[in-house]
Amino acid sequence: MKKILLGNEAIARGAYEAGVKISTAYPGTPSTEITEAIAKYNEIYAEWSPNEKVALEVAIGSSVAGARSIVCMKHVGVNVAADPLFTLAYTGVNGGLVLVVCDDPGMHSSQNEQDSRYYAIANSIPMLEPSDSSEAKEYTKLAFEMSEKYDTPVMLRSTTRVSHSQSFVELEERNEVGVKPYVKDITKYAMMPSMAVGRHKVVESRIKKLAADSNSMEINKITYKSTKIGIICSGVVAKYAEEAMPDASILKLGMVNPLPMEMIKEFASKVEKLYVIEELEPIFETQIKAQGIDCIGKEIFSIQGEFSVALIRNKLLGEEIPIADTSLPVRPPVMCPGCPHRSVFYILKKLKLMVTADIGCYTLGAGEPLNAVDTVVCMGASIGMCHGVDKALGREQAKKTVAVIGDSTFVHSGITGVVDAVYNQGSSTIIILDNSTTGMTGHQPNPATGRTIRDQVTHRLDLEQVVRACGVNSVQTVDAYDMVAVEKAIKEELAKDEVSVIIARKPCVLLTKEVKTPYYIENDKCKKCGMCMKIGCPAIMTTKDKVVSIKADQCVGCGVCLQMCKFDAIKLGGKN
Amino acid sequence: MANILIVGVGGQGTLLASRVLGNYAVLTGQDCKLSEVHGMSQRGGSVVTHVRVGQNVLSPIVAVGDADIIIAFEKLEALRWRHYLKKGGMIVVNEQEILPMPVITGAMEYPKDIDSKFAAMDTKVLYINAAELARECGNVKVANVIMLGALAKNLGFKYEDIIEAVKMTVPARFLDINLLAIEKGYNVK
Repeated sequence: MKKILLGNEAIARGAYEAGVKISTAYPGTPSTEITEAIAKYNEIYAEWSPNEKVALEVAIGSSVAGARSIVCMKHVGVNVAADPLFTLAYTGVNGGLVLVVCDDPGMHSSQNEQDSRYYAIANSIPMLEPSDSSEAKEYTKLAFEMSEKYDTPVMLRSTTRVSHSQSFVELEERNEVGVKPYVKDITKYAMMPSMAVGRHKVVESRIKKLAADSNSMEINKITYKSTKIGIICSGVVAKYAEEAMPDASILKLGMVNPLPMEMIKEFASKVEKLYVIEELEPIFETQIKAQGIDCIGKEIFSIQGEFSVALIRNKLLGEEIPIADTSLPVRPPVMCPGCPHRSVFYILKKLKLMVTADIGCYTLGAGEPLNAVDTVVCMGASIGMCHGVDKALGREQAKKTVAVIGDSTFVHSGITGVVDAVYNQGSSTIIILDNSTTGMTGHQPNPATGRTIRDQVTHRLDLEQVVRACGVNSVQTVDAYDMVAVEKAIKEELAKDEVSVIIARKPCVLLTKEVKTPYYIENDKCKKCGMCMKIGCPAIMTTKDKVVSIKADQCVGCGVCLQMCKFDAIKLGGKN
Repeated sequence: MANILIVGVGGQGTLLASRVLGNYAVLTGQDCKLSEVHGMSQRGGSVVTHVRVGQNVLSPIVAVGDADIIIAFEKLEALRWRHYLKKGGMIVVNEQEILPMPVITGAMEYPKDIDSKFAAMDTKVLYINAAELARECGNVKVANVIMLGALAKNLGFKYEDIIEAVKMTVPARFLDINLLAIEKGYNVK
């Protein structure tokens, strides 16, 4: 049966058909839908782990125990999982283990555009890269076979355009491979120095074998057409190249590490002009040039951003690319109407605080008009950075600095930051924006929500108890919509000479099904002071002569604007 | 090959339209690729979905300057993405205006001359008051399906095929209103 699937759904299908038993992940765009789709297959145990390191460790455990295991994350998630990954490369696997990583060239929803292929090189492990949904499924299955054949973890790399594009996939039956027997072998699985020395030798010979075998692998494929131009590429770029240059010869790499160098040499010798077209880093190009092969790559193609058919035509054929009209007002993503983060960020701005923020919807607090964020680095960084500011600038600055972090991000990697600040006698004020979900990635549950990936009730991690156990004595919980309470709590906690935590709690407005009456503005009472505009709610608009109105179809009745109005001009009961 | 761009503001329901088009491809035995926006870009930001229907579709995204048709759920977004249109292509625009944050804060003005900018292009423009037509159907939320109906008509899709594609996509309990919406959109002149 043929079905149209997202690249991510196709990876999930591949895992299902490959007989995978265990699937772990932490959500992150553009990888999230893989694990969501896997959770729909009852044959596979699926979990949201608190972070990518734990997710990989669980998968290593289940692989050693003999089950085929898949672990999925976005590119920056591999940084978190890198510690176990580098040693997993030494131990190898029992049941096949595939780590799926989704890169985000162009940074549609990420804080950097690092290239995960470096991780495959650094670990000396194979990496496959599909170009559409059909290949996404096939390569996932192949990755499991390869993992067991070569006794290695295999990385499967996707990019946003493969993960979030839909195309046809031929569905097949699940191959119930079962669980392999576990045999204790500390020379393979217990990586103390004496054992690891031996395993490093295995890693080096394994990658040499893979490199030799890669020259005859079907997923590395040459299509000869005109030999005037040859193109080496992989992933979605191979589709762009084929469409942009229908007469060119193409070497499409299905395995992007290690490279089939004999095949590349032969291809290079047969074409007059060789282009290496790869998004992000010059990884193929550097290795190809190191072999003394002449090719053109980053001389004309950028290291930044996504490529396209039009870009390749432009670079190789000189065709012009129609230019976007940049004079138009931009439309950046914004906090939704009724977002519980809005009121907190307004108070932070009002109090003129330095705000170390974190990864999640609340990065949107950096945009106008709230403009209340100073720093965004990585998952959990807000708390360590706040402590760093405290230690660098002293107690007085600490009274003007707060860390802001969401509930899911706090569980991911915020807790150790709190332990550090308390242990090292800091005085940070930390605000946990608890909206009871993982918002930006599309509302996945997390340990603090008390629900599993399959919506089963489980132990709910109590954030207040957690921070108290870390040694925080001053903990307050406030309603995030209540601006008076939020402001009072922040002022109180900033004044204290100890680490303190404020939990600003209110479920994400997209989760609450409750329909509230919208507000409207009574024009007679409105003094056009503009205070309600300062919270940056997309439901409130103003004309050039400052007449303000609330769009009833967007207003969710959160009442935050009501608290901004000094003239009693905002009333309940707005109508379309 | 039909190269289609569906543009709008995050949350307007552009994804449903693309799913119907995917099923249309299945029904008519054509290849199809769709490219969507997830994650951060969905939060009220400018969003674009690429749809390509034809034989052996390679790139999942429409090349700049190659779009046969742009359906815009919002006027400013039609303007923003118009460079994707090929010469002689068509724009179907919902007349709705959604103010972006720089306009809400007063830093910029919502463009006043959108109609004349389109008029200056070598292109056919069809304006649709999708919200009004959706209200006539009984629910303002089917504005996206109204737009889809207009798209199907202007790409020469057979009415029966697009109706079948909607039936494949939409849950049974919402089917009647969506079929009404398709009909209205298909018959907009």
